[in-house]
Amino acid sequence: MDITPHLPALQVVVPLLAAPLVLLLRPRGLAWAGATSVAVLSFCIALSMAVDVAQGAHFRYAMGGWEAPYGIELSIGAFSALVLLIVSGAAAFSLLAARHSVDRQIEDERQPLFYAAWLLALAGLAGIAVSADAFNIFVFMEISSLASYVLIAGGPDRRALPSVFKYLIMGTIGATFYLIGIGLVYMMTGTLNLADMEARIGDVTDVKPIMVAAGFITIGLALKAAVFPLHVWLPNAYTHAPHMITVFLAACATKVAIYVLIRFDFFVFQANLPGHHLQFSFFLLPLALLGILVASAVAMFEGNLKRLLATSSVAQIGYIILGASFLTEAGLTASAVHLFNHALAKGGLFLAVACLACHYRDLRLDQLAGAARNMPLTAAAMVVSGFSLIGIPGTAGFISKWLLISAALDEGPYAWVLVAIILASSLMALVYIWRILETLYFRPAMTAPEQPGEAPLPLLGVTLIVALANIGFGLFPQFPLSLSSAAAELLLRHTL
Amino acid sequence: MTAEATILMAIGLPVIIALGIVLAGRLSDNLRETVTLVGAAGLAWVVWSLLPALFAGERPGIVLSEPLPGLAIAFRVEPLGMLFAALASGLWIVNSIYSIGYMRGNGEQHQTRFYTCFALALGATMGIAFAANLFTLFLFYELLTLSTYPLVSHKGDAATVRSARVYLGVLLCTSIGLFLPAIIWTYHVAGSGDFTVGGILEGRIAGPDVGLLLALFVFGVGKAAVMPVHRWLPAAMVAPTPVSALLHAVAVVKAGVFTVTKIIVYIFGVDFLFTTPSSAWLVPLAAFTIIAASLVALRQQNLKRLLAYSTVAQLSYVVMAAAVLKPLSEVGAAVHMVAHAFGKITLFFAAGAIYTAAKKTELSQLRGIGRRMPWTMGAFTIGALSMIGVPPTAGFVSKWYILAGSFQAENLLAIFTIIASTALNAAYFLPIIFAAWFAVEENGSKDHGEAPFPVVLALCITALLTLGFFFFNGPVIELETQLVQESLQ
Amino acid sequence: MNLLELLGYFNYWVFAIILTVGLYTVIAKVNLVKKLIGLSIFQSAVFLMYITMDKVEGGTAPIIQKGMEDQVFSNPLPQVLILTAIVVGVSTLALGLAIVVRIKERYGTIEEDEILDAD
Repeated sequence: MDITPHLPALQVVVPLLAAPLVLLLRPRGLAWAGATSVAVLSFCIALSMAVDVAQGAHFRYAMGGWEAPYGIELSIGAFSALVLLIVSGAAAFSLLAARHSVDRQIEDERQPLFYAAWLLALAGLAGIAVSADAFNIFVFMEISSLASYVLIAGGPDRRALPSVFKYLIMGTIGATFYLIGIGLVYMMTGTLNLADMEARIGDVTDVKPIMVAAGFITIGLALKAAVFPLHVWLPNAYTHAPHMITVFLAACATKVAIYVLIRFDFFVFQANLPGHHLQFSFFLLPLALLGILVASAVAMFEGNLKRLLATSSVAQIGYIILGASFLTEAGLTASAVHLFNHALAKGGLFLAVACLACHYRDLRLDQLAGAARNMPLTAAAMVVSGFSLIGIPGTAGFISKWLLISAALDEGPYAWVLVAIILASSLMALVYIWRILETLYFRPAMTAPEQPGEAPLPLLGVTLIVALANIGFGLFPQFPLSLSSAAAELLLRHTL
Repeated sequence: MTAEATILMAIGLPVIIALGIVLAGRLSDNLRETVTLVGAAGLAWVVWSLLPALFAGERPGIVLSEPLPGLAIAFRVEPLGMLFAALASGLWIVNSIYSIGYMRGNGEQHQTRFYTCFALALGATMGIAFAANLFTLFLFYELLTLSTYPLVSHKGDAATVRSARVYLGVLLCTSIGLFLPAIIWTYHVAGSGDFTVGGILEGRIAGPDVGLLLALFVFGVGKAAVMPVHRWLPAAMVAPTPVSALLHAVAVVKAGVFTVTKIIVYIFGVDFLFTTPSSAWLVPLAAFTIIAASLVALRQQNLKRLLAYSTVAQLSYVVMAAAVLKPLSEVGAAVHMVAHAFGKITLFFAAGAIYTAAKKTELSQLRGIGRRMPWTMGAFTIGALSMIGVPPTAGFVSKWYILAGSFQAENLLAIFTIIASTALNAAYFLPIIFAAWFAVEENGSKDHGEAPFPVVLALCITALLTLGFFFFNGPVIELETQLVQESLQ
Repeated sequence: MNLLELLGYFNYWVFAIILTVGLYTVIAKVNLVKKLIGLSIFQSAVFLMYITMDKVEGGTAPIIQKGMEDQVFSNPLPQVLILTAIVVGVSTLALGLAIVVRIKERYGTIEEDEILDAD
């Protein structure tokens, strides 16, 4: 039997069904092995679809054989394939590396539950990426969010609890706003299928409710995506989460919300509402710029390594939004590539943090002084991923920065302001990454590590692989780039 | 080996050497230093083996990867870059000999890190020298900055780290804040950043924009140390002397002026700039830097800081020569890179030798030291004379070409500056030489002789090179004349 | 728009008022349980919005039987949707309460300001 046509459904169904099964795997090693193999399998599915999509294929799948617009449709174009790749890749690599770190942070008997929640989060995020149905997206969004709350709160750090509570409140408000938005659209069009919605909005005579809906959806998703100034839940949640969960979520969670935000707006609204693209642009552009500047500035003075990197994520989200708000093919390509490249860079950095955390309990910068001598490979991975985050040539981060700046240059008379802001924030990124590197390499050691030597091999190995991938995709970015430019083209043609 | 493979080898070999040094450093110090020496010789051999092809008029090149259309990591060997690479790789051998004597003589810490970063810095230098476009050059330019940071902050105490931060801060801020925008601008208007004979910007950009873009380049390339972005160079003097000698008299600073020259010749195009009035500010600025840095040097009490400010002045010679925009002055710019390299490395070697043998760093302590360290001070004298431009030293040759170019361009300011700065150079070097040879040593000073043998050997070699270049400069001139002829055709 | 027309939209006014009350409670209260109550009110408003929009005047439950084909039915789809949303809302509330319980165990309080002071 050829399973290729069923891949979109399997992408979600496999982790969703595996989650309760993992629960039953009692010796904790088995639970890890089960979850990991499922995540790797789902990465393989995503990869095989991405390869097909890069060659021009487009996956459509009618759930249960019910054709759209009555049934739920799954649709995988270039943009979805890219996001799926990020999500399942983040899950696969973080789970591969997770064993040791999770053993230290989660009690044995709760580990099967923990891994089950992890798979549910993966299923939810993948579901958002494949679905072409507005309400279905809401359900998957909540599946992934609820699972993420559980994962973040699962660690030994009690400060995770208030952080996750804040995340839960803000996340639920965001999701409810989104629900209001699609309710209003449904009221006016009578459909939930994105393609059908797009076709019918044109017939609506009174567009005011649609405008309000667009507002609710944009704000709701911006909350989920931690767009400045709606990002306040993010730094604390990522700082106090278990280390491997930070790796996973920082690499993909907010990006999926950004993906829905961009896709919904370009596909459903911009195609039909005259002038709406300008509203989208004028609303998000200043927020993106402010986010880039403010978050980078805050990160420069942050003393806790994890919070520093989490704060920098807010600035990086700003870059992604900025590219989209240009409304040009170059800008959207830059955004999409940055989704991918930032996942690599931030994933690599947080993996290195997880390595450090194996031997250093306290992750404040001044406690990590001189750690490079104890863990040279980890520190080297930190250097490479950090350079990618700054955008040093030869790393993946440079590609997206370069594309973003090239896109900004086409933005008319104020182009130089945009370029100046991007460069200023790159300099700030340089400062905060350099603070980390200087602490690791050039400060005399203050506290002795709990154990000398590197982190366990699987964790270290994955960290190094991701660091090398930052260089690899910096020199040979053709694959993510081709997906991204195809995605940008689809978005501008207002096609799924 | 094909020329393409040789180019890659020249850039990759230092990285392999660095790895070798790390591994050897775990076994024994002697093995590590052997790896360094053999590696340095190997690199020089690889680089110099490219010379015959260059003389034959070939321009071998290779594209390593093209991440984005039009944005490639590519290398191409041309006369200016060849000269720079040959110079840096050749002097690395001498400098390695010197390093061994110096680092052991002073019992320095972290020697493996020192030699490793040194090798990496040389790799980045080779990348700069052979870069075929602005993007590749920028990549290796940044790598050079980063790989030299551990060398500058080598000592690790608070004052050193502060200085090293100035070093890194100035170089990175200028490169990302000014150099990168200039590169982006260039790619945006010209669609490429390839170093092309005759330049790529003519007709693509005009009027005041040319002057502005040139300013972004000149100040963005902080390594050229044109005032006011020269502050990093005196700050870098906290590094061990071998670093100051090879990197902050040859590789790093020459990378700066090399980049500026290359941009003037291959991006703007000499003729295009000459006919654009808005770029005329560069000669006065370079002239100002020469005079101002010389005046500051006059007031220095610390020998290495004096040499640093002298370097600032000498670098602006190269910038000014390139900015005079006449064929002879472009040759002068290239030749001065070599001449100054030989002279200044000798001076730094001597300063380091004095520190190793006598722990003396201030000018006032040097009275009568010539009698205790005749070889060192002899070499120092030759280096200083070369800085002033007295025959028969290397400095005379390059000054001659720069002066001839200035006459060709009828640029009175440049002519005046060269004459005035020669007087100033004499004013700060001759008293040192005089005091070292003829003044009477203070009572109660430490009894010491020459520095360790490798140190003395290295500085004698470079002193001989300084003298030798006056007589045997034919190949260099021939190579660099190709540079001018290419753009004339 | 005259007063009558405004009143005609009374179901949406109720939705808007409940929504605001819920949101206000979430933001203004320091007690975590009260925040969750506010969140529930906030979500309930949206449930109401969905339920009220599917009502067709004179419509009956959408159960098709012989002889009733020409009856006017209410739209069943929003009800189905909102059933799902209610499930999501309940799980969110349950998880939120579970977290509050854990916070009480670890911090000894469920007042937000005291928790902030504790760290």
